[in-house]
Amino acid sequence: MAYSEKVIDHYERPRNVGSLPKDAPNVGTGVVGAPECGDVMKLQIQVNDETGVIEDAKFKTFGCGSAIASSSLATEWMKGRTVEEALSIKNTDIVQELALPPVKIHCSVLAEDAIKSAIADYQKKRAQRTGVAEPAGAGQAR
Amino acid sequence: MAVKLPIYMDHNATTPVDPRVFDAMKPYFCEKFGNAASRNHQFGWEAEDAVKRAREQVAALIKADPKEIVWTSGATESNNLAIKGAAQMYKDKGRHIITATHEHKAVLDPCKRLQREGYEVTWLEPDKYGEITAEQVAQAIRPDTILVTLMWANNELGSINEVPKIGKVCHEKDVIFHTDATQWVGKMPVNVEEDHIDLLSASAHKLYGPKGVGMLYVRRRRPRVRLSPILDGGGHERGMRSGTLNVPGIVGMGMACEICDKEMIEEASRLTKLRDRLIDGILSRIDIAVLNGHRTRRLPHTANISFPFVEGESLMMAMKEVAVSSGSACTSASLEPSYVLKALGLGDELAHSSIRFGLGRFNTQEEVDYVIEKVVKSVNHLLAMSPLYEMHLEGIDISKVQWAAH
Repeated sequence: MAYSEKVIDHYERPRNVGSLPKDAPNVGTGVVGAPECGDVMKLQIQVNDETGVIEDAKFKTFGCGSAIASSSLATEWMKGRTVEEALSIKNTDIVQELALPPVKIHCSVLAEDAIKSAIADYQKKRAQRTGVAEPAGAGQAR
Repeated sequence: MAVKLPIYMDHNATTPVDPRVFDAMKPYFCEKFGNAASRNHQFGWEAEDAVKRAREQVAALIKADPKEIVWTSGATESNNLAIKGAAQMYKDKGRHIITATHEHKAVLDPCKRLQREGYEVTWLEPDKYGEITAEQVAQAIRPDTILVTLMWANNELGSINEVPKIGKVCHEKDVIFHTDATQWVGKMPVNVEEDHIDLLSASAHKLYGPKGVGMLYVRRRRPRVRLSPILDGGGHERGMRSGTLNVPGIVGMGMACEICDKEMIEEASRLTKLRDRLIDGILSRIDIAVLNGHRTRRLPHTANISFPFVEGESLMMAMKEVAVSSGSACTSASLEPSYVLKALGLGDELAHSSIRFGLGRFNTQEEVDYVIEKVVKSVNHLLAMSPLYEMHLEGIDISKVQWAAH
């Protein structure tokens, strides 16, 4: 199967591979997928508690080239955005950007799930710390 | 010496036609184009002679009588003819067939069809090395067993079933033994008498011959094996396989077999060294790599290695200038990992990440060394971005993790 140039680029030069300290209070971690399905994505974000801006994002992915490219692109798009802005990233945006064929759409769905899961983890931690359920950055975004 | 890219290391899928084979075939397209069944003119005689010679060449390779060779379109047809043909012919004697779960689809699917039609099939399970023993077969044989069909060597693993012994068990119990020897013939010696084989499938394109031609060996004496044909028509091939013979293809298969007969012992020893160099080179430098199948009891040209925590398709992508085969069927619409690897009891995560290396006649040591470097580099690149490897290093047992359903 032929991959698009963008998939190959992300695959060969993946952006933001690595890990953030998962126990840090301002780090959110999302792990989605399962080994038996052939895809596992771990996506982490480090958020500025004051501004709600995602200052850093890292990923590690077990999966095909499209899965690696989808998660690499997701970290690139999340960095510099607020948590709320990041939540608006849709799998269809990833499909379009990477020109994924129909059989690889599940990779983009997984990446969207990973984004949501990492953000949810961060928000849960923040709520536990502050006792407030309101997500970070919500004030700024309004 | 710089290696020429891409490197072909997928010889279990198909082999290039040996130039000597191609030369032998050439006259049979435009000049000597006759129909081997045309008995009344020179064009026909010429073709008939060529087919006769090829039959002798193929028979010599497996120590059979030339009359016992039935030409087919390839091993898939040979397997279908052997299994369905024997089942139909001997249905009054019994309706029980024995095979194994890690057979090629061209054996599994005819057996499944027979099962739907009322035959009983016993599916033997290979051990952790991918091998079926004669003992397993002996225990599975019943009074109504008419056919045992087990491959000689496995296409994905290179593992070897206990063939001469399995044949002996079948003969002692008066059961027909068919072996799909597609990966074995031309690579390792065959003697259908000493190996107790009644039916044997082989394909030209796995032994440096052309695609589209194969053969089925059908024993004529002690016991005489009879088959009900699948294709009816002009009654070619003693009525077992009607259809005008593919003369150039058959000439090619004959020449390919003659070359194998002369060169296979030396070739097997050369390929065994290259295979071991490849296995040792990879296993010594990637400590998580696992060889599937037995270390030494395997085809000289085949290695199948799993790379845990690395996904097979992405690994293939990383080494795109090396043509190998992935145990993962992820490229197709299905996400099922290899059923052959699963039959060995491998977890899905291992089956997803395995690569089959199929060495061949024209591979060199330089190519093997290049492939080792490429595999090591690619696996390390992917391990560095694998969340599963990270968990493994943290001491987490991946198989015990509750994964979010997706």
